[in-house]
Amino acid sequence: MEGNMNLTLQVWRQKNSRTEGRMESYKLSGISEDMSFLEMFDVLNEQLIVEGKEPVAFDHDCREGICGACSMYINGRPHGPLQGVTTCQLHMRSFKDGDTIVVEPWRAQAFPVIKDLVTDRGSFDRIISAGGFISVNTGNAQDANSIPVPKENADASFMAAACIGCGACVAACKNASAMLFTSAKISQLALLPQGQAESAARAKKMIAQMDEEGFGACTNTGACAAECPKGISMENIARMNREYFAAEMGTKE
Amino acid sequence: MSWVTQTFSSTLGRKLIMSLTGLFLSVFLIVHVSGNFQLFHSDEGLGFNKYAVFMTTFPPIKVVSYGLYAFILLHAIDGLLLAAKNRKARGPQRYVVVRNQSSWASRNMAILGTVLLLYIVVHMHDFWWQYKFGEVPYRQYEQSLATGTVTSSAYNGPAIQGKMEEFVREDTQTRVTIVKDLYAETKAAFANPLLVAFYLLGMWALAYHLVHGFQSAFQTLGWNHPKYNPLIRFVGVWVFGIGIPLAFAAMPVYFYIKSLGA
Ligand code: HEM
Ligand code: SF4
Ligand code: FES
Repeated sequence: MEGNMNLTLQVWRQKNSRTEGRMESYKLSGISEDMSFLEMFDVLNEQLIVEGKEPVAFDHDCREGICGACSMYINGRPHGPLQGVTTCQLHMRSFKDGDTIVVEPWRAQAFPVIKDLVTDRGSFDRIISAGGFISVNTGNAQDANSIPVPKENADASFMAAACIGCGACVAACKNASAMLFTSAKISQLALLPQGQAESAARAKKMIAQMDEEGFGACTNTGACAAECPKGISMENIARMNREYFAAEMGTKE
Repeated sequence: MSWVTQTFSSTLGRKLIMSLTGLFLSVFLIVHVSGNFQLFHSDEGLGFNKYAVFMTTFPPIKVVSYGLYAFILLHAIDGLLLAAKNRKARGPQRYVVVRNQSSWASRNMAILGTVLLLYIVVHMHDFWWQYKFGEVPYRQYEQSLATGTVTSSAYNGPAIQGKMEEFVREDTQTRVTIVKDLYAETKAAFANPLLVAFYLLGMWALAYHLVHGFQSAFQTLGWNHPKYNPLIRFVGVWVFGIGIPLAFAAMPVYFYIKSLGA
């Protein structure tokens, strides 16, 4: 894929979690505007390998906007300038020839940098393991009509379930708060009958884990929802707060 | 841990404290601003001075005021501690470039709050402290029972027990009120342009604090619903973000302009 864009990239380079990192500048030419942002990074890495330098480490997997692995803070915004788009689905036509693009990893106490642009997002996994599931025995699916679910709830639950756990909400938030993510994971279950049985315990455990990981508190700035590639709404945070207060006040322990 | 300590030590519980104390303070502002409107009456301060006595002696209101002082402290301490915790959560390395997609006020609640805290300290010192512990002179008002017209003069008679004495004089058919003259204190204080400017700064901070804070408090409570959001937003912006700060700001400006004429 040949093109005619010339770019200057400023990228965070950091050897490992124990060393200090710094911004490095790279010149790229012949970039096609049809490339995705990650393909542009592939070109950069091939260039670095030819020059005998260490390629830039970055997270990616599906490259189709569904896995949440890709995580780049581009020109001051997680996943770059577009709304509702992950880094892998961002294309170079969103930039101009001659642009300087600044690329940094997510910054949060709870997302330590492993190398270059790769952060350890295990804290999200631990929030999920704390209670983001329903405990049911597997077996044959029961008849779909045996559990009535209002259409609105099914829709809202589905919208919350669209969260891909990318962490852009944390990266965008000035408090590095994980409330949008946690609330999406609580809401998707709280909205369905199957989620009710463990709803109080779930809210308490997931929020305790979220605090434990060192994420900040929410000041309702709305930066998370504005930057979320999946359009997760702050209504989920309000629902999580209701779930949590009800759980703390309404349960025995 | 009991559920109470557990709730209020979590980030969500601490936000609940911010929200409840913040809304309580907001309600107090309505009471405070409506009482202070008596500063604008042309009764030489009679109504305002009597209102000040009522607010500082009527027992239920006294109880609420002590609650209010405690809530201001709780709100300020919890708010600043949360802000410190939130700063730490970002980690030691800051971003090189940031393009914010959120409102300025929402990102600067702690700075706005700190300006407000300074404002409250100065304000309490100038009026509350003076009124309670300072040397506030008394003024004597005579209000005609028939027509309601008020005349007043400095009071130089024997010492008064408490903040106010009130009786009816049969010979002149007037109600006599001898009361601590907080109105005169107010008038004197706001002849100082520096103090007026500081009050305007305080009200600017209040405006931005509440434009974001009022609606934010409902979100924190979990009250985010398409049916009520427009109303909450409207009240937050127009009543708390604009109306109340403007009304408060008008008071020092009014006295300053009056002092120029005198
Ligand atoms: C008349 C005085 C005040 C009123 C009416 C008021 C009101 C409010 C309201 C309604 C909120 C929103 C709560 C929420 O988001 O749930 C808030 C937040 C906040 N206030 Fe105040 N406040 C006042 C004074 C102060 C003072 C003196 C400080 C001291 C530093 C302060 C610091 C904060 C902070 C840091 C927040 C953000 C809390 C957070 O979201 O984590 N406020 N305030
Ligand atoms: S809420 Fe949005 S921004 Fe946050 S992890 Fe989920 S998909 Fe990513
Ligand atoms: S690589 Fe899977 S969402 Fe971007």
